[in-house]
Amino acid sequence: MKEKLEQIKAEALRQIHESEALDKLNDVRVNFLGKKGELTAVLKSMKDVAPEDRPKVGQMVNEVREEIERVLDNAKADMEKKVRDAKLKAEVIDVTLPAQKNNVGHRHPNTIALQEIENIFVGMGYEVVEGPEIEKDYYNFEALNIPADHPAKDEQDTFYINADMLLRTQTSGVQVHEMEKGKLPIRMIAPGRVFRADEVDATHSPSFHQVEGLVIDKNVTFADLKGTLAEFAKELFGEDTKVKFRPHHFPFTEPSAEMDVSCFKCGGKGCRFCKGEGWIEILGCGMVHPRVLRMCNIDPEEYSGFAFGVGLERIALLKYEIDDMRLLYENDIRFLKQF
Amino acid sequence: MNTPLSWIKAYVPELECTDHEYCDAMTLSGTKVEGFVRLDKNLEKVVVGKIEKIEKHPDAEKLVVCQVNVGTETIQIVTGAKNVKEGDVIPVVLDGGKVAGGHDGSPLPEEGIKIKAGKLRGIESNGMMCGIEELGSSRDMYPEAPEDGVYVFQKDVALGSDAIEALGLHDTVVEYEVTSNRVDCYSILGIAREAAATFKKPFVPPVVKETGNNENVNDYISVEVEATDLCTRYCARVCKNIKIAPSPEWMQRRLSAAGIRPINNLVDITNFVMLEYGQPMHAYDLSTIAGKKIVVKRAKDGEEFQTLDGQMRKLDSEVLMICDAEKEIGLAGIMGGENSKITDEVSTVLFEAATFNGANIRKASKRVGLRTDASGIFEKGLDPRNAEDAMNRACQLIEELGCGEVVGGMVDVKAPLKPLHQIKFEYERINKFLGTDISREDMLTIFNRIDLAYDENTGMITIPSFRQDLEGFADIAEEVARFYGYDKIPTTLPSGSALGKLPFKLRIEQKARDIAEYCGFSQGMTYSFESPKVFDKLLIPEASSLRQTVTISNPLGEDFSVMRTISLNGMLTSLATNYNRRNKNVRLYELGNIYIPKAVPVVDYVDERMQFTLGMYGEGDFFTMKGVIEEFLEHIGMTKKVSYDPNAEKTFLHPGRQALVSYEGKVIGYLGEVHPQVCDNYDIPTRVYVAVLDMPEILPFASFDRKYEGIAKYPAVSRDISMVVPKNILVGDIEKVIEQRGGKILEGYQLFDIYEGAQIKEGFKSVAYSITFRAKDRTLEEADVSAAMKKILNGLEGLGIELRQ
Repeated sequence: MKEKLEQIKAEALRQIHESEALDKLNDVRVNFLGKKGELTAVLKSMKDVAPEDRPKVGQMVNEVREEIERVLDNAKADMEKKVRDAKLKAEVIDVTLPAQKNNVGHRHPNTIALQEIENIFVGMGYEVVEGPEIEKDYYNFEALNIPADHPAKDEQDTFYINADMLLRTQTSGVQVHEMEKGKLPIRMIAPGRVFRADEVDATHSPSFHQVEGLVIDKNVTFADLKGTLAEFAKELFGEDTKVKFRPHHFPFTEPSAEMDVSCFKCGGKGCRFCKGEGWIEILGCGMVHPRVLRMCNIDPEEYSGFAFGVGLERIALLKYEIDDMRLLYENDIRFLKQF
Repeated sequence: MNTPLSWIKAYVPELECTDHEYCDAMTLSGTKVEGFVRLDKNLEKVVVGKIEKIEKHPDAEKLVVCQVNVGTETIQIVTGAKNVKEGDVIPVVLDGGKVAGGHDGSPLPEEGIKIKAGKLRGIESNGMMCGIEELGSSRDMYPEAPEDGVYVFQKDVALGSDAIEALGLHDTVVEYEVTSNRVDCYSILGIAREAAATFKKPFVPPVVKETGNNENVNDYISVEVEATDLCTRYCARVCKNIKIAPSPEWMQRRLSAAGIRPINNLVDITNFVMLEYGQPMHAYDLSTIAGKKIVVKRAKDGEEFQTLDGQMRKLDSEVLMICDAEKEIGLAGIMGGENSKITDEVSTVLFEAATFNGANIRKASKRVGLRTDASGIFEKGLDPRNAEDAMNRACQLIEELGCGEVVGGMVDVKAPLKPLHQIKFEYERINKFLGTDISREDMLTIFNRIDLAYDENTGMITIPSFRQDLEGFADIAEEVARFYGYDKIPTTLPSGSALGKLPFKLRIEQKARDIAEYCGFSQGMTYSFESPKVFDKLLIPEASSLRQTVTISNPLGEDFSVMRTISLNGMLTSLATNYNRRNKNVRLYELGNIYIPKAVPVVDYVDERMQFTLGMYGEGDFFTMKGVIEEFLEHIGMTKKVSYDPNAEKTFLHPGRQALVSYEGKVIGYLGEVHPQVCDNYDIPTRVYVAVLDMPEILPFASFDRKYEGIAKYPAVSRDISMVVPKNILVGDIEKVIEQRGGKILEGYQLFDIYEGAQIKEGFKSVAYSITFRAKDRTLEEADVSAAMKKILNGLEGLGIELRQ
C-alpha cells in the first residue's frame, strides 16, 4: 500500500513538473485527486484494508494528497505569474506618444482679471451688481456732480444716442442706481462695459470695461478707503505690493485720489515696465461727494462712503504684459489660448 | 502746463530742494507733475570765450582757425561756422565737455555729445564754439541767435565764466497735469502758492504798485457790455507812447522756458501776465478802434470775421465778440482780429483783461474751430477778481520795462462781485471723516498756508475768490488731507460685516463660461456697436425688426454707428479673422449684450439682452453644437426635454440645418449651420456652426437647486424596435410618441441606428430605438412592458411608421 501511494505521489509530482500549461495542471488534479482519480481510488479501496490499519493508511493517503495539492498550488501560482509577466511585457506602451486632450477652451484675460477682482471683493462682503450700458445723461453725469457745461463732460468723449440717452462713459452711474434704491448700508462692485469716443490703437479702444466700487455706511472714513484698496492691491498683485495715494480730482468724490501700486515686475526699483518710476497707476477713488449723496436722498451728515473705479483692460494688460489693446478684441485663438 | 522751476522759486524764495524732491512732493500734495526736463542736461564744461584771432585753414576752404580766450588761457579751435568774427564773445565747450545735440536742431541724443580735442584736417582743435541748437535750445527761445552758426552774447559776460549760467539754462522745466477744478493752478502764482504750502515756506507774490499818469482813461475809451450773461467783468486800461523793443532777457528766459516764444516787450508782457496770473490779456491798437468805444456782444448768425492769424471765421449768436462802435475787433477770449492787431508802429494800446463765461468760450471755440492758449484758460471759468490784478500787473511791467506811459485809471464794467464764500470749520467732523487724529492747530496752520482765513469768532473759514473749487465740508477735508499727507492717513477696513455675493444672473453666466470652455470653446469679446451694413451681410430682410437699432448720433464712423441687435456679426468676424490666419478648428463663445429699442427713436432705457453666442468651424457639426446647448442647460438645472423646431426661418442659416431651441414651450435660442452665402460675405470658405441662447429667456427656468432622487433598486427591462419611417418624420416626432405613450414605467430611450439607402424603400428611412422601462417599487412583469410597448407601437403606426421584421 505504502509503495503504491509513494508511486502515485511520484507519478503526480512528475506530471506536475512536466506540465507546461494551466489546463495540464488541471488534468493532473483531476487524474489524481478527482472523483475518479487515482488517490480517490485508493481511498475507495480502504474497505480492503484491515480495520486496524485503516487510520494509518488514511493518514498516509491524506499526507500524499496534501503534498500533491501543495505542489499543484505552487506550480499553478508560478505558472500564473509567468503568464501575467509575459502579458505585461507584451503590453509595454510608448508613454511619450501624444496625449488625447479634451481641448478645453480658454477664458478671456479680461474675464480672468475680473473674476479675480470679484472674488476679492465678494470675499470682503461686496455684492456684485450691474447697470445699463445705454444710460441716461442724468446717471452718467448730472447725478455724479457733472452738470451740463462741466468740462469733465468734454474730457470723456461721449457717444450720444440723443440729448438724453448715451453710451455710458463710466460705470459710476451704477452707484447712483444703487443708492437710489434706498437700502443702506451698501457694499457693491459693478463691473461692466463702458464706451468713449477714442479711435482704436494700441492703448485705446472705444469700448472697454471698468469695475466700480461703492461703500456707504455710517462712519466710513478715508482711512477705510485706503485700507480697503491696499488690501485689494495686495490680493491682486501679491502680498508685498505697496500702494501710494495721490490727490486727484473727480467731480463725484471729495477728497479724491489716484492709487499707484509698487511695480509688480521690478518690486519698485524702476524698470522698463513702470517707465523707471517704480509705481504704476491703477485706479481712481475718493470719498463720495456730499452733493452726490444728497441727490440720492442720503444725508451726508449721517452717512459717508467711498467709491473707486478700476479699468479692467488696464489690469489685464499689466498683469499679462499684453502690449497691444487691440489683441483683446480680435479673438485670435493663438492669443486666447495663452490664458 | 509747463513752468520753469526758477520762476516758482522767484515767489517761494526759501524753496530749496532737488528737482526730484520737488516733483514728488508736489504730486503728493495734489499738483501732479507729469515730468521734468533740465535745460542744462548734457551741458558740461561750456564756458564764455572771446574770439581773438581768425585765420584761414591751410587745407580746407570752409574751415577757419580761431584763437579763443577762455579766461584762463587762449585755445585754438577750428570751426566751420560762417558767422564768427574777431571780438565775438561766444559759448565754448572745452576738451572733455559735453553738448546736448547737433547744430541742425535734430532730436537730442539721450546721452548728449562728448567733445574731445583733436585735429581737423591736420590742424589742432581744442574745443568747440556752440550754436544755440547744440546747447539744446532753439532760435524760437533765443531770437537773437543767428540762423546758422555760433551763438554770440549780446551782453557783457566774464570770459571763462559758466556760459550756461549766462544763457539762463541752469533751470528745470516742470510739466504739471492740472485738474479741471483748479483753475488757479493754471498760473505760476497758483503753483507757487501750492509749492510754498507743500514745503512749508513763505509765499512771496510780486508786489503790484499803483500805476498811471494824471490822465483819465475814460477820456480814451468807454466800454459797454451787452451780453452780461457771457461777460461778467471787462477791465480796460490804456498805455500810450509805446516803444516796441525786445523784452528784457529775464522775461524772455522765463517765457521761453515755459514754451512761449519771445516777440517784443508788449506781446511778451501780455503773455508773461497770462502765465503768471492765469489771466489771458489782449492788446488792441487804440487807433484802430472806432468811436473810442468797446462793445461786448453776441455775433449775428452767419457773420464772418478775420482773426489775426489771417483766417476767416464763421460766426453765430453763440459766439461772443468784442466790437468797437462800428465793427467786430476780436473773438472774445479766443483771438483778436486782423483789423485791430498790434504792429510795430503802434503808439497807443488798449489792454483788455476780462472774465468770460467758461462754458460759452468752450462752445464758441468749438463752433469757430479755433482753440488757443487763451481760450483753453478762459473755458475753465476764471475768477473775476483776478482780471483787475492781472491788468495792474501788466501796467506795472509796462512802466518798469519802459515800454510806454500808463494812462491813469481803469474802465471796469462788471456784475457785482459775489461775496467771498464761507465754510464752517468742523474740526472733529474732519477727523472723523478722514479717520485721522489731526490737531486743530495743525489744521489751522494748513488753512493759513493756502490763504484760507479762519475767524475764531464766527467759526467760519473764508474762501479766497481764486479757490472756486472749495464749496463745502468735504472740500475743506481734502485740503487738510492733502497737506497733512495722504500717506500719513492710517489704513483701516470699514467696520461691520456683510455677506458678499454674486447675483444669480452672473452665476448662470459663469456656468455658461465653464461649460463652453469644457466643450472646447474659448471666450471672445467683440464691440457692441457695428455697421448697419451688417444686416445685409447677414441677409436680414429689409422689414426685419432687427433693423430697428439704437443709433449713435456721433459715432467714430459708420462702421461703429449702430448698437447690435444680433450677436452674430462679432462672432463671424472673429471666426473669419482666425480662418484668414490659418488657425484650424476654432471654437469661440461670447457673453455680451444686444440692444433692442423699445421704441424708435429711443427715449428711455433699451432692452439689453445678454446673449450666449457660440461659433465654430473645423471639427464638429450641428450636433456638436447641439450637445453644448444641452450640456449647459443640464448644468443649470434645465433637465426637461429641450425641443428643436427646424422651421426657425433664420435667413442667415442653412435652410435645412437650423432649429429654434425651446424649453417648456418657450423659445430660448437657435442654432444652425451658417448659410453659405453669409460665409462668403464674411470670407470663411468652410462650414460654420453657430448657436445663440437668449439668457433672459433662460433665467426663469434655470436653478442651482438639486434633489437626490434615489438610485433604482429594481431591474430595468429594455426593448429594441426597428422601424421603417417616412423620411419627413423627425426622430423628434418618434420620441414625442414614446414619451407620451410610454406611461409611468418609461425610463428612457436611445436612438441606436438611423439609416437611409439600399434595402430601405424610396422615401423612407430605417430608425432603431432601444426603450427602457423600470418601476420604482417592483420588478416589472412582462405584461407591464408589453402593454406599454403596444401603446407606443400603436402611436407610431399612426405616423405611418412600420415595424421592421
